[in-house]
Amino acid sequence: MRRRMALLGLLAPPMVWLGVAYLGALAAIFATAFWSTDPFTNQVVRTWSLKNVQGVLGPTYLGIIGRTLLIAVLVTVVCILVAVPFAYFTARVAPSRARPILVALILVPLWASYLVKAYAWRTMLSPGGVLESVLGATPGFGLTAVVLTLTYLWLPYMVLPVYAAFERLPESHLEASADLGAGAGMTFRRVVIPAIVPSVAAGTVFTFSLSLGDYIAVQIVGGKLQVLGTAVYQNTTLDLPFAAALGTVSVLVMIGYLAAVSRTGALENL
Amino acid sequence: MAATDSTGPAPAIRLRGLRKEFPGHPPVVAVDDVDLDIADGEFFSMLGPSGSGKTTVLRMIAGFEDPTAGTVELAGEDVTRRPPYRRDVNTVFQDYALFPHMSVRENVEYGLRVTKVPRAQARQQAQDALDQVRLGDFGERRPSQLSGGQRQRVALARALVKRPKVLLLDEPLGALDLKLREQMQVELKSIQREVGITFVFVTHDQDEALTLSDRIAVFNRGRIEQVGTAAQIYEHPTSAFVAGFVGTSNLLEGPAAQHLLGTTGRFAVRPEKLRVHPAGSAVDEPHARGTIAEVVYAGPVTRYVVDLDAGSATAPRVVVLHQNGTEPTGSAPHRGDQVLVTWRPEHLIAIPDPGL
Repeated sequence: MRRRMALLGLLAPPMVWLGVAYLGALAAIFATAFWSTDPFTNQVVRTWSLKNVQGVLGPTYLGIIGRTLLIAVLVTVVCILVAVPFAYFTARVAPSRARPILVALILVPLWASYLVKAYAWRTMLSPGGVLESVLGATPGFGLTAVVLTLTYLWLPYMVLPVYAAFERLPESHLEASADLGAGAGMTFRRVVIPAIVPSVAAGTVFTFSLSLGDYIAVQIVGGKLQVLGTAVYQNTTLDLPFAAALGTVSVLVMIGYLAAVSRTGALENL
Repeated sequence: MAATDSTGPAPAIRLRGLRKEFPGHPPVVAVDDVDLDIADGEFFSMLGPSGSGKTTVLRMIAGFEDPTAGTVELAGEDVTRRPPYRRDVNTVFQDYALFPHMSVRENVEYGLRVTKVPRAQARQQAQDALDQVRLGDFGERRPSQLSGGQRQRVALARALVKRPKVLLLDEPLGALDLKLREQMQVELKSIQREVGITFVFVTHDQDEALTLSDRIAVFNRGRIEQVGTAAQIYEHPTSAFVAGFVGTSNLLEGPAAQHLLGTTGRFAVRPEKLRVHPAGSAVDEPHARGTIAEVVYAGPVTRYVVDLDAGSATAPRVVVLHQNGTEPTGSAPHRGDQVLVTWRPEHLIAIPDPGL
């Protein structure tokens, strides 16, 4: 009995946190999405309606949702393309003395403020900025700039799990593959890739979800670009139930995404 | 120290002047000028303490390490510069190296599938190989669902399924417990007889090497100390290292040897070749007086530790292994007893001086 009370005492704070602060907030958003706003007083009216759902599924907002998904996918793909070779080099090619330095180089940007990094990219991307003076051209502010900036921001979240996967991969597995007649390409396809896929999937959970919800970097380097995050942000002051409906979309997308990647074993690799 | 001459068919493996240095200051010489011929169909063991270079030699045969100097020939063909995937050898790894994302069957099929063997044929051969190691019903399992001994057999099947000319085994039984290890030794030997493939077996366990091998190479500090059959290695070690590493030996040298044997030099004698008798017994074999320092009764045998009386020289301590037979145990000597230790001259093994 005493043990049970102690256990209850231990579990109560996190359960309250999860139940009230987390699930409760989610439930509130979900419920709010079906309310509406009085056009004259701008007050939330607690009557159920599907008006917001219809609005979200209208052409304007479907376009925004599509664009947001495109950005999240592009950022994720670019992160994979950059992180996999980098992690491979760090974990398996670089001399062991260089390894901690390379890992630190990846970690250092995480310690700088998000805003500082976003504004740094704004400076670099701006007309007459570093990119233009070095490369002779700049993509300017817009979708490309957002993808570049978000890729930079979320890259460490991809590199770290993939690096760990490469480091865990025993040398003997690569040797066994070669021993059994597989060349380097075949070994990479059939032994290395399957070994890192769960970790790559774990990394995409970060890059995808963080890109899906971002609205600050988009405002800083996106020009007039509208994404889900900025749409939610603007609607919170105008039409809170509609903002909630938009927020619900990103929650649903994320639930779908997690369900998809959980098949790869990604969630055990977070 | 080539064991066979170069007439007749080419040996399965021929190593000449094989050397491996690992970078360092100064470089670490892991393998130092090894010459070795291994005949077709032989069960050949490379025996030595850890760091003696035996695994590095194995890895150079497999192609995982590039030799600093020397050549590796397989069936008369120089493969020194060939990558592992173009050598007709397969390896059973110490950690088994089974691919965790594949089922047991996919693991065994892997070597066939990557070399474009048709799916149906690969499946049949994999099933045969799994049957051979008595895991025919385990094809759909994951390696993580198997015990250590079962994983070991999957690794064996995966390497054997390709019917290589040579199978390399890198301490494959090291991770198994004693019972299982003895069982696997019997199984390995019978599989080798069945398939007739040359086995090269790396081990630091002298019992394992003695029981399994047709021939053994004893490694020490990157060099081969001796190559021979188990009996040759055990009965006629050619160096103090071999005499000490393979089984236990009593080593007599210097003034003690002079006093006891009447000649200078170094001699080894196996504990089971010595006899203890009560002091004052009439013996007509060569003998020495001594005092029992320790008696260890171990069931079928009793181990006596005897300090020999060597005159002015430091008393050499020898171990005598006594087979407990039918004589009454009451007469067995005790600690502190004066005894006579006898031997037969032919059991003294002359050991060449070190410092070669």
